[in-house]
This record gives sequence, C-alpha cells and structure tokens, in this order.
Amino acid sequence: MSKICESMKELISKEELDKAFDSRFPKEMQKKLRGAKVAVAGLGGLGSNIAAMLARSGIGKLLLVDFDTVDVTNLNRQMYFIEHLGKPKTEALTELLYRINPYIEYEALCVKVTPDNVSELFKDYPIVCEAFDRPDQKAMLVREVLMKCPHTTVVSGNGMAGYADTNEIKTMKMMRRLYVCGDQKTDVGNGIGLIAPRVAVCAAHQANKVLQLIMQND
Amino acid sequence: MVRINGEDKDLAGKNLLEYLQETGFDPERVVVERNLEIIPKERLSDVTINDEDEIEVLMFVGGG
Repeated sequence: MSKICESMKELISKEELDKAFDSRFPKEMQKKLRGAKVAVAGLGGLGSNIAAMLARSGIGKLLLVDFDTVDVTNLNRQMYFIEHLGKPKTEALTELLYRINPYIEYEALCVKVTPDNVSELFKDYPIVCEAFDRPDQKAMLVREVLMKCPHTTVVSGNGMAGYADTNEIKTMKMMRRLYVCGDQKTDVGNGIGLIAPRVAVCAAHQANKVLQLIMQND
Repeated sequence: MVRINGEDKDLAGKNLLEYLQETGFDPERVVVERNLEIIPKERLSDVTINDEDEIEVLMFVGGG
C-alpha cells in the first residue's frame, strides 16, 4: 500500500500539489480544507465518490470505513476500476486516493459499523458522511451518531436510485446536526436500480455540503 | 396540537410507534427526533406524544 503512496510522492512534491490549488479562491480556503477531518461511512456508490471529491478538494484527513470487497456489479457507479475487483474497498479506495493526493492522511478501517462501535469510530470527527445502502443501516448510523457523538454533524444520502430528473435531488437540513441529500423517495427495487449519474449527483451534494460546513467553521 | 415535519396535527395522547406504523413509516428505517432528542429505536413504543411536541421523522429508502 505505502508503495503506491511513495511512488506518487516521487512523481509530485507536496509543494507542487499545494501550488495547484485554484488561486481564484481566497488564500485561507486551502488552509481550512487541509485542517479538516471527515469520516465516510460506507465506500460504495456514495462513499467512494464522496471520498474522491474530498481528496481532490484537499481535505486534510479522511476516515474511510467499509467491511465489503469490490464486486463487478459495483463498477457501474462506484469509483473502483477492474484492477480492484476482489480487494477490500478500504484497500482499493486508499490505493486510488493516493493517486489523487498522496499527502492527505487516509485512515481506512475494514469493519462493520454497529451501534456498539459508532461512538469510538466517529466521536472525534466533526463531520460524518452517511453512505450506506441498506435503509435500516442508514437509519441506524444517523440515529446512533446523533445520539452518541454530540460534536458531529451527519451528511446523509437518501434516495438516488434510477435515472429520473436529477433536479429532484436536493440537500435539506433536518433535526439539529443533520443534512440529508437525495430525493427522499426513490427506493431500489420494482424495476429501479442504481446507476452512475444520479448516484454521483447525490454524492456531490454530500461532498459540497461538507465543503460548506468546513468553510463556515470559524 | 403537535408539529410533525412542519405540519400541525391533532395527535396528543397517541402512541408514537402506533402513529408511525399507521402512517406507513417502517420503524427500522426511521430516525425520529422529539423536542430536539433522538428517540432510540427500542423506545419508540414507550413514547406517548404530548401536546405541543415538535417531532421530526426521517424515513430512509434504499440505495447508496
């Protein structure tokens, strides 16, 4: 794993990557992003796309959590490539993210999230992206983080199946520390599956909300 | 009156779990906040909705 990280570092220095930040943005923005840490729970259609966008945006530390391996059925919407098939998603995604920015701190945990480990996993992260696929697991994560991690805001994905208008995908604030992105209604099943564009739109809503939360933090 | 997801409803005295089930919310897929407190899934059946409660219900669909 660290071989890829080292070989990427040989190709580009930290200074060169840092200088490439879009200088049209205010100077403090890059510093704020670099100082931020974000957890991504689930590394599938939503999570792998969110993580890639946050890595490209220069977030300083990413916690990546998923117990699953890359499957051929994932390729239609997840960030992975054919060379990753059969690998744990934590390993495959970290490899991939090193190729975007090897100077970001990545912590990857190949574990199943349960009510018993939520607090330990996420309490030190100001932002957690909920990126699971089963609705009971999504509800569990949001419930448990909001109950047990009082300093954590959750950015969740809810409803991004099919290929109906992406205009229906929105971000809304709910409860005290929760943002929900998606159309809130399109479930999988009954002739509707998951496919790249709409999943990516929802993931982008989540990643963009993460940037907003970091930038509005003083 | 009880405020649920921004709408006023006459639900004082109603059992929370019963309300959710009757409205088509699957208790396995919901997050419920009442008066700024998240209600644990196992406790939904213990809660009686009170007058002037402010409740938010989020129901998840599959996919991600």
